[in-house]
Amino acid sequence: MTQPKLMQGNEACAQGALAAGVRFFGGYPITPSTEIAEQLAEQLPKVGGTFIQMEDEIASMAVILGASLAGKKVLTATSGPGFSLKQELIGYAAIAEIPCVIANVQRVGPSTGQPTAPAQGDVMQARWGTHGDHPMIALSPWTVRESFDVAVKAVNYSERFRTPVIILLDEVVGHMREKVVLPTSDEIEIYPRRQPTKSKDEGYQPYAPEADLVPNPADFGTGHRIHVTGLVHDETGFPSGSAKITEECIKRLHEKINCAKDEITHYDEFFMEDAEIAVVTYGGTARTAYAAVEAARAQGKKVGMVRLMTIWPFADKIIKQTAAKCKGLLVPEMNYGQLVLEVERAAAGQSKIVSLPKYNTEIFTPAEIGNAIDQLLSEVAQ
Amino acid sequence: MKDYEEYFRNNRLPHIWCPGCGNGIIMKSIAKAIANLDLDQDKTVIVSGIGCSSRASGYMDFDTLHTAHGRAIPFATGVKLANPELTVIVITGDGDCTAIGGNHFIHGARRNIDLTVVLFNNNIYGMTGGQASPLTPTSKKATTAPYGTVDRPFDPCDLAQSAGATYIARGTAFHAAQLPDLIAKGINNKGFSLVEAITPCPISYGRRNKLGDSPAMLKLLSEQAVPKTAYSKLSVEQRAGKFPIGVLYEAQFGEYTEEYSHVIERAEGGLK
Repeated sequence: MTQPKLMQGNEACAQGALAAGVRFFGGYPITPSTEIAEQLAEQLPKVGGTFIQMEDEIASMAVILGASLAGKKVLTATSGPGFSLKQELIGYAAIAEIPCVIANVQRVGPSTGQPTAPAQGDVMQARWGTHGDHPMIALSPWTVRESFDVAVKAVNYSERFRTPVIILLDEVVGHMREKVVLPTSDEIEIYPRRQPTKSKDEGYQPYAPEADLVPNPADFGTGHRIHVTGLVHDETGFPSGSAKITEECIKRLHEKINCAKDEITHYDEFFMEDAEIAVVTYGGTARTAYAAVEAARAQGKKVGMVRLMTIWPFADKIIKQTAAKCKGLLVPEMNYGQLVLEVERAAAGQSKIVSLPKYNTEIFTPAEIGNAIDQLLSEVAQ
Repeated sequence: MKDYEEYFRNNRLPHIWCPGCGNGIIMKSIAKAIANLDLDQDKTVIVSGIGCSSRASGYMDFDTLHTAHGRAIPFATGVKLANPELTVIVITGDGDCTAIGGNHFIHGARRNIDLTVVLFNNNIYGMTGGQASPLTPTSKKATTAPYGTVDRPFDPCDLAQSAGATYIARGTAFHAAQLPDLIAKGINNKGFSLVEAITPCPISYGRRNKLGDSPAMLKLLSEQAVPKTAYSKLSVEQRAGKFPIGVLYEAQFGEYTEEYSHVIERAEGGLK
């Protein structure tokens, strides 16, 4: 353990990335994410790393992909408008299997929206923002300390699965200051850059999957002379127009994440033992939800809470189980109702699902969620 | 020294370019430049965008990166900055570099990062079938300009110069003997280098503009291109329809990765 510090979520995110081995950041200024860039502009060169401010959001995404291929662990940070601009290259990273982490500190949209009031409106964009079929990992912290932990996990997952990973911060957690005690470096597990397990003479193919379905394309400059493309490609890395290769390529991209889904699905349960209803929540909203649930419990109401850290892939299993044992699920979100659609899908009619959307720049109050809890309790009691 | 042919992935050839296309001449010139400089094949990276020219990366036996449309320069910036010991060459086209990638082009030049950009200029979007690009001359026809373009074209060399590039050259597919040398000088320049290589596209540009077949288009290039020194002596009237070739501009400024290495030294030493 280290000494306690007063720290912002954005700052903890930057520190977590550094601790996980990020040594290259490319970015473009945008509120409310800019502190991540500012932190790293100062700290990366101190550890021999590189910070570059690019000419736009797209270039920021491109530059980290180039740096990742040259062997560095990489991060960029942005908010809604920039996240939209980055989408094409997030898809590039998915198909070319380039490890990278994108921190999106969400604000009210669409477009310039309400800068820079808090929102959770990019939940579906994180999943489906880039075109075509692709897997996605997105993690959303609810405390400053967890912003650190999520950054470490994001970097590790990006390296392990060779896929883009999105940190879905929101303005609440990103700008909030809390007392945190960060782990020391020997308390942090780091997943190293994957390396080829075969030589050229042994038939090395840069995009041939290992047993975990993830390939090991060699870093540039290591003598393997590989080809990387955003076109559908076979195990050699070169483009193929074949229907069979296309199917295999797209399928493997999904399966490499699907087969590890349980391991990367993180969540907390509170007061769930005898809960009649549950609040399903994430990010900054979960803080208010916790206060409301705690207050309801103090009044003897049988309400629990499931807090999702992993947003994508969606935590189907735990939501299905929760729906089976609860009569109602309440989903408060700082958006028009996004993740509630996934909750409905996973619950599959086993439970009454209530959306509690809020999209007016203001965060939830405990009373608002408390009232919705009372309402749902009375509805399921009938 | 290796023969330039050893720099090709022969199992990926023949290329997909149309009969009469000049891209092969430019690709060969890049390979020859690399051979002449005797670069380490394992420490040379070719980065391309999207379009006809950008398919060249797949044919060349280096670490190669075929990026997204317009984004070759910022990808290449990441490769170079992450590992400055690599020699990074960018292959791009007129649409890729000066339209969708225009912002990256000027900012790459502004940073003077050590990249050599070889701009295959065929005056048209070839891969999508002949639409006007920012380098299509005014009044020339394209599928998206059936009555002739009203747009004025960029001069990419002037653009790069005003943006801060430190080596700028122009050649053509006709002047095939000169091109490897122009590219080699660009690779040797420690900074942002642009080599504009003008090349005929008889199928998607020449045919619609009645410029004849590939030999006729190459002949036209030979008439239009004037060595820089001779060009500088021409009057404004005499310059009409002509353009200078050769090394057009050279300057000395700090190179980005080197400058950033000083930032690291200062930061590691606790200085600001």
